[in-house]
Amino acid sequence: MSEMWLNMGPQHPMTHGLWNLRVKIDGETITEAEPVVGYLHRGWEKLTETRTFPQIIPMADRLCYGASLSWSHCYCLTAEKLLDVEVPERAKYIRTIVLEAQRIGSHLMWLAALGTDLGSYTVFLYPMRERELFLDLMQDLCGARLTYNYPRIGGVRNDVPANFERDFTRVLNHFEKKIPDYEALCDESTVFHMRMDDVGKLTAEQAINLGVTGPNLRGSGVDYDIRRDDPYDAYSQIDFNVCVQKSCDAYARYRVRMDELYESVNIIRQAIKDMPKGPVRVKPPRNAVKGKSDWAHTEDPRGEAFMYIIGNGDDHPYRLKVRSPIFVTVSAAAWMLKGYKVADVPAIMGSVDMCLGETDR
Amino acid sequence: MDLRLAPNAIAMTSKEFIAWSTDVMAELMRATGVKKAIDKISAPIWSWALRNANYPLHFGVACCALEMAAASAPRFDAERLGMIYRSSPRQTDVLLVNGWVTAKLRPDLRRLYEQMAEPRWVVAMGECAISGGPWYDSYNTVQGVDTFIPVDVYIPGCPPRPEAMIDGFMKLHKKIHKEMRGTFLED
Amino acid sequence: MRTEVGKVEQRQGLAAGGKSGETIAKSMLEKFPNGVKVTSTAANRVNATVDRGLLYKVAEFLKNEMDFEHVTSVSGVDWYPENRMQAVFHITSYANRVTAEIIVDLPRDSPEVDSVTPLWGGANWNERETYDMFGIIFKGHPRLERILTAPGSDYFPYRKDFAGGRRV
Repeated sequence: MSEMWLNMGPQHPMTHGLWNLRVKIDGETITEAEPVVGYLHRGWEKLTETRTFPQIIPMADRLCYGASLSWSHCYCLTAEKLLDVEVPERAKYIRTIVLEAQRIGSHLMWLAALGTDLGSYTVFLYPMRERELFLDLMQDLCGARLTYNYPRIGGVRNDVPANFERDFTRVLNHFEKKIPDYEALCDESTVFHMRMDDVGKLTAEQAINLGVTGPNLRGSGVDYDIRRDDPYDAYSQIDFNVCVQKSCDAYARYRVRMDELYESVNIIRQAIKDMPKGPVRVKPPRNAVKGKSDWAHTEDPRGEAFMYIIGNGDDHPYRLKVRSPIFVTVSAAAWMLKGYKVADVPAIMGSVDMCLGETDR
Repeated sequence: MDLRLAPNAIAMTSKEFIAWSTDVMAELMRATGVKKAIDKISAPIWSWALRNANYPLHFGVACCALEMAAASAPRFDAERLGMIYRSSPRQTDVLLVNGWVTAKLRPDLRRLYEQMAEPRWVVAMGECAISGGPWYDSYNTVQGVDTFIPVDVYIPGCPPRPEAMIDGFMKLHKKIHKEMRGTFLED
Repeated sequence: MRTEVGKVEQRQGLAAGGKSGETIAKSMLEKFPNGVKVTSTAANRVNATVDRGLLYKVAEFLKNEMDFEHVTSVSGVDWYPENRMQAVFHITSYANRVTAEIIVDLPRDSPEVDSVTPLWGGANWNERETYDMFGIIFKGHPRLERILTAPGSDYFPYRKDFAGGRRV
């Protein structure tokens, strides 16, 4: 009985991003797992200390590029708390709408990547087709496809274009009819069930203790969603469900994200209907108060995004700390992988929805 | 093969004769112009085959990788241009670097480049691969891939749109066509 | 194939039957009269400064008696002009929906503090990263090694006396 360490990465078609998963295998069974990250470390937090507060917004976009608007929005929330800025109501509703559109885009990208991991190229093509529609909507709004640079400290950059409601309604109506297509591709496929059911189990106590958050936590049966439990923007005025599954395996995490697609469509529809009129941006103060520090957290598509900022009396932060959800979930990978086969690794890590930009910062 | 020694061929030892007569076919073909005729036909065919089957490496580094994935998606469809992604560097033609390179990654990327078989090309996609991009003052990023790997095509943008990436690959096709690598009897 | 999930009445802030930030702050001050200073509270926030010798006991108290189950973040701050460092712990309670911010002051020439990894596994990599970036040593951590910088680095990048800028 000989065991060996196997390097999966840094160049591997399964890795969503650049990391190295070292697994200790006994035949085909994994006995230990050790993730090695740091291939994308650029010292983001140190670079922010030399930039002014608005200059950090496009940097925050490039933290996790799969859900870039979610991170620049989290940074804007943190900076608004530090600089004591009150965001107008219309901006809060616009932010909610684009955040949910970004959540849909991020989940579609996750589903496409999961398809490539499991070897099903069709599951890659269908979600990417619909994701392009949402990227078109974002392009009408702010001019970019991937890194938007749209939220500002004090609101959003510009008001919505003229045909906003018509375009969004069209895309949402079309998209809602397509979600059952994706579900049929996956849920009615015996091979998909064989690969995803009962693999990568993480119990609720393990998940909470190891710091796992977001859909990965809700797939283990824990009912916690920051949008409902510590609301920001317009979420406190919108009715929505929190999607929780009890079976703790990779299939449960997949199922949570598919349900969240339906919920996001619901949230966008309500927000468009209830959006008030008014300004979309206020001017924040240039300098922070010395000795003041604050933090904010949001529900990123991947978990709890948290930023902690300390001001020093001038116009750039003294310290900006980013807590990335996937950084902590990757450390829990060792628990999720023990006892399963090497061929289960893409299914398990695919169900976790990794994005290495935010892990390494 | 030196034809002036031909009258002395009958007096050579076997070793000298082998050393003298190697490459006789190649030299004859060059001298008579047969090589030129074959090149005129085969070089365009080889170049057509090389540029229309550019296999990139399955290597996504950072944000530009998502635009690379979108370029294979139904709307932009890079596969109709022959770009089929391969997982092993031994089977690829193009190394597409799409993201910032850190000190930890640099030796591994160099090794990937050396594992690729000739003919090979390198495309630097996005500002970070061209020159360090937004992380120009970071202590851990390399300021441009071309500091340790020779680059053929640069695709600017942060991130470049999928159409820009396809345009970059069209420029790579032009470059391959100019190189005319399919010449007979030469590497 | 749509699974229906029920809604919960509680919309924001405190959970039903949970302890508010003020209650938790009062319990902390009762249990640790010296060494814990509460700087501010809200319904769902507690901000406190703790002496570094008491940190592990306060963490145990929060986990076992106040239902704080999840470590959101562990970070370091380098106050170079004042010759001190800080370790900042953000710990969340799902049951009470309260987040506590615990700040520990450390001298800059010997920045050591107890690790809370034995209590919460989520602090493991966060503490490793704080060590890698600042050099703060967490005593009792199962594996305090470099995690993000290149192997063989001998500097702590986020310290204020480490000059940023192009290096490779």
